[in-house]
Amino acid sequence: MAGVWARQLRVAMWHRALLLLLCLALSSVQGLYFHIGETEKRCFIEEIPDETMVIGNYRTQLWDKQTETFLPSTPGLGMHVEVKDPDGKVVLSRQYGSEGRFTFTSHTPGDHQICLHSNSTRMTIFAGGKLRVHLDIQVGEHTNNYPEIAAKDKLTELQLRARQLLDQVEQIQKEQNYQRYREERFRMTSESTNQRVLWWSIAQTVILILTGIWQMRHLKSFFEAKKLVPSQSRAGLGPRSSKRRPFHWRWRGRTCWHGPAPGQGRPRLMPFPCCSICFIGKRQDR
Amino acid sequence: MPRPGSVWAAALLLALALGRGGCSEITFELPDNAKQCFYEDITQGTKCTLEFQVITGGHYDVDCRLEDPDGVVLYKEMKKQYDSFTFTASRNGTYKFCFSNEFSTFTHKTVYFDFQVGEDPPLFPSENRVSALTQMESACVSIHEALKSVIDYQTHFRLREAQGRSRAEDLNTRVAYWSIGEAIILLVVSIGQVFLLKSFFSDKRTTTTRVGS
Repeated sequence: MAGVWARQLRVAMWHRALLLLLCLALSSVQGLYFHIGETEKRCFIEEIPDETMVIGNYRTQLWDKQTETFLPSTPGLGMHVEVKDPDGKVVLSRQYGSEGRFTFTSHTPGDHQICLHSNSTRMTIFAGGKLRVHLDIQVGEHTNNYPEIAAKDKLTELQLRARQLLDQVEQIQKEQNYQRYREERFRMTSESTNQRVLWWSIAQTVILILTGIWQMRHLKSFFEAKKLVPSQSRAGLGPRSSKRRPFHWRWRGRTCWHGPAPGQGRPRLMPFPCCSICFIGKRQDR
Repeated sequence: MPRPGSVWAAALLLALALGRGGCSEITFELPDNAKQCFYEDITQGTKCTLEFQVITGGHYDVDCRLEDPDGVVLYKEMKKQYDSFTFTASRNGTYKFCFSNEFSTFTHKTVYFDFQVGEDPPLFPSENRVSALTQMESACVSIHEALKSVIDYQTHFRLREAQGRSRAEDLNTRVAYWSIGEAIILLVVSIGQVFLLKSFFSDKRTTTTRVGS
């Protein structure tokens, strides 16, 4: 009989605990808060692995100019919550009241962006005021409400602790998996940089050499055309025949000429100093 | 004799009100020339830890400042990449911490911070009971604590990896733009040089300077 009574008392205590906790959880989101302007949009980023649940609780308070305090709650005040996945796709886009709770589960691993902005219909109450937003974002295994789970599945204390440990280990496992995927992306980026640097250095060397050659040839032909430099490469090749090698050398007296084979244009007469060069040229060139 | 239920409920409320702990972990984007502040109401005697890290943007640094309800600055650092600060609340009130990117002209930064207030809420409401834990339960508690530190290290690692990856991606785009840009500049400059040089000599054509004839 005492055992039955004790059991009943325990059950009653559990129910009361559950109710109290639920009330507390829903009614007051204490904790961190920040101020936000009327049209301002605040975005938060959560980098999470896939199949992870995220729960966000928020509560807004409006600044009252007369009393110079924040009103406890204002009906008609709304917050628009938008959640985007790593690919930019919108996962959740909903309007909530002045106090709300949003939940989503990620299907792709990566950076999810949660954006909040106020969307008040009664713009007059704003009029240069500011809004205080209490925010609490829980990710992964922090989203589990253990007393609730204990009550639902009727777990003993030890079983509940084991369940908590299991959830934690599962979260660690997911995060490690995600880490492998991230490391692969990092490696791909590094390899791409490596390739680009390699191709760029080769390409630049080639461009340098080609432009150098082009510059020299262009300038040389320009100066030769302007007769600013004597057009000579070896003993008096004319600018026109500089591209063509002479067919043969001639030596006659103190003058020498050179040039294309007889009958193919007039050989050019060069003054004395080039004879010796002609001679040398003949020797080397035959 | 008061009902055990109501006494127990009162104790629970008290415990929750006083020992209300929690951890807020938020990653947000800080635009250039902006300052963002966060507030929290803390009771006296609570041990709190603020930890922050800059993940992407510029030189990966940010200014941080923590003030108590009287406005006394408890922590102030300029251009820090990562830091962790532990303090015990000396009085009740609203503590404020701000992150500032006002020194930066055009880079916006992504900042992660973790503000731990007090201890985590216990698993069971009856945690404040007098009886000692069994061996199994204390083993579970120590495993839980160890796993919490594993998750903590994992988070740090993930942030560092995100920072490294952001740097690598920056480098990649910079190399791409730079190589294209430099190739174009090289071509333009070398062609321009030749034509400029030619233009010097074509001006003197009328003055008949024949060099080396």
